[in-house]
Amino acid sequence: MNVSHPKPEADVAPPTSLYANRVRVYPKAVDGPVRRVKWLVLVLCLGVYYAVPWLRWNRGPDAPHQAVLLDLWNERFYFFNIELWPQDIWFLTGILVLSAVSLFLVTSLFGRLWCGYSCPQTVWTDLFMLVERKIEGDRNERIRRDRGPLTFDKAWRKVAKHAAWLFIAFWTGGAWVMYYTDAPTFVHDFWTGHASTSGYVFTLLLTATTYLLAGWAREQVCTYMCPWPRFQSAMLDENTFVVTYEAWRGEPRGHGKRLAAAATAAAPLGDCVDCNACVHVCPTGIDIRDGLQLECIGCGLCIDACNHVMAKTGSTPWLITWDTVARQTAKKSGVNPSLGLLRPRTLIYLAVLAIGSIAILTGLMLRSTIGLTVAHDRAPLYALLEDGGVRDGYTLGFVNKTPRAADFELSVVGLPGAKLILSEISPKPETTATVPMPADQLRTLRVLVQAQPDHLVAGRESFDFVLRNRETGAKTTYHALFMGPVSHDR
Amino acid sequence: MPTKIEKDVISGRDTTGHEWDGIRELNTPLPKWWVYVYLATIVWALGMFVLYPAIPLGTRATTGLLGFSSRAQAMAGFQEMNALHATQMQEIGRVSFADIEKNHDLMEVALTAGRITFANNCQPCHGPNGEGRIGYPALDTDVWRWGGSLDAIQQTITHGIRSADPDARNSQMPNFGGDKLLTPAQIEDVADYVMTLYGKAKPGVDTSAGEKLFGDNCAPCHGAKAEGNRDVGAPPLASRVHLYGDSRAAVVAQITHPRMGVMPNWNHRLSPATIKAVALYVHSLGGGE
Repeated sequence: MNVSHPKPEADVAPPTSLYANRVRVYPKAVDGPVRRVKWLVLVLCLGVYYAVPWLRWNRGPDAPHQAVLLDLWNERFYFFNIELWPQDIWFLTGILVLSAVSLFLVTSLFGRLWCGYSCPQTVWTDLFMLVERKIEGDRNERIRRDRGPLTFDKAWRKVAKHAAWLFIAFWTGGAWVMYYTDAPTFVHDFWTGHASTSGYVFTLLLTATTYLLAGWAREQVCTYMCPWPRFQSAMLDENTFVVTYEAWRGEPRGHGKRLAAAATAAAPLGDCVDCNACVHVCPTGIDIRDGLQLECIGCGLCIDACNHVMAKTGSTPWLITWDTVARQTAKKSGVNPSLGLLRPRTLIYLAVLAIGSIAILTGLMLRSTIGLTVAHDRAPLYALLEDGGVRDGYTLGFVNKTPRAADFELSVVGLPGAKLILSEISPKPETTATVPMPADQLRTLRVLVQAQPDHLVAGRESFDFVLRNRETGAKTTYHALFMGPVSHDR
Repeated sequence: MPTKIEKDVISGRDTTGHEWDGIRELNTPLPKWWVYVYLATIVWALGMFVLYPAIPLGTRATTGLLGFSSRAQAMAGFQEMNALHATQMQEIGRVSFADIEKNHDLMEVALTAGRITFANNCQPCHGPNGEGRIGYPALDTDVWRWGGSLDAIQQTITHGIRSADPDARNSQMPNFGGDKLLTPAQIEDVADYVMTLYGKAKPGVDTSAGEKLFGDNCAPCHGAKAEGNRDVGAPPLASRVHLYGDSRAAVVAQITHPRMGVMPNWNHRLSPATIKAVALYVHSLGGGE
């Protein structure tokens, strides 16, 4: 009698490698509503990216005419009629915070829409795959050619594909640099060899990264490099719409007469015919029927693929769909599911978003285009004059945040008979001094205030410096101190 | 060394075979290209090791094939700056004050050089920002004994006051008390009068005697209205600013045994260009004429 000895599985399992070869993904072309929305988003994103540096915006003769310009060298950011200075950097911080919260909100509502539609990695990879399909054909043709020997046909197609990729990558890298410098000038200088070294370096660097990341790395970036997929689960819950396979009506999957015959009335075959169409179109090469996975970027191309098959088999479409875990549980038991869009998580994200947006908008509206800072001399606090007058020295910082040169008017309020001396402009004492301000600049000047104070309580008197832009009328005041000898020793 | 590779029941995947206090980990193999990138960075690091200073050898380090040194880089920067500075200072020495003031860059260099030189040489007596003190004149006010124009300031710095320089500014106040030119009572009278000139006199004091004595003895240098005379370095007395104090005792002391300060001539210590820079700086303190 043979007694079978069950082998202890753990002992015989072959030692597995900790490193794996990359499994090449050959995504198949697909058409449908989801794909069409994805094309639309792609055209919009790329259009904005490539076109924006070329938009012009008239700011007068003293400022650059590029609508969106990040002028790092001169420390000025221009966005249409908004101009940001280094001290306005909090706007950028605020916008980054708002972007993050928007991302949280969208993810908690509809899953990884950012990853699947508007992430640059996805957009450029999609574009590169389109080029690949145009030159090398669809999935099956590409697999066949890649496995086959090197022929002339294979060689020219590969060369053409990489040339096209490099061209797109080059244009992408160049467009990036155009955001930091005047676009038409940069293009001209680039081809005449007069662009800056950093201009060439960054163009080539970004050409290389675009070519590598969108052409070669593709889904490996999302799976192995990007941190976002790692913490996305913190934003997902049972009411989040994610790409879902309706396993309750899809299983047991299968096709063919034999399986259909084996199925009984009590246990009929599910709607899924196990054609693997969803797997073949997936840009990250996963099987959505295994459930929500780290690799899934939520693009929903599998939905289009499955709907084609469902139409052919006559089953209800949307076997793969966007749905929530809660609604799937309800549907499974035949209950009419509710949407559940409004829940504490989304409401909190919305509130943060609303408060942040209002704060930033208010900040932008109330932003002043004129600035004045005052520093009283540390020592001496004052100088006594021959006629008994007192003179105090100040260092004033004037800020003109408008793109036009203008005359600023400096005066003093609250110090009777005070005279201003701006020796760098005019040696004459004046009651109102005129400071010519260049466009978009900061100017530091030493200002002497001379007065004959009748009395100085405890040796000081407070007053206001008033600065006014003669062209725009913008005004600002700075509360300052005038110091002198204490009254009793005068 | 992995000891016990098992198949996980739920996922159907192998574990790594490592175990930490009962915690096992699923084997999620790393893509090989990732490992190759890691190896490539090691190769890159080896290249940096060979090209740049890397291995410490006690007080020194290997120099690397490129011979790079951050100290040499910094020194080259200093030399470049010094060369630029030298030409700019040469320019300051060559051109007139008016031309320097017209050239923004040159003016900036001059004021910086002047400020640093002032801090090293002038500050001990005149104060950090030229505010002066008893016996050492303030340079930021409008009272000048020898003149507050750029040329006058340059002259004073170059040759000094009562210094050893043959071109020094020189003057002497008579020793009215010590040489018995005036009696102590007369000196008190003069002091009473002088104090009326700057509004510190006690009311009800008769100053007619003092006024007469002032006209005879002091006015020749200090002027009939006590407005001072820069040709002889006689300070204005009808002024709120006084070199040796404005109290009655201070005035009496000054008339009895006059103190007369000495300022060194700087032409043997500072170059003409540096003196010009200091003159420009002092002129900018607020009192320049």
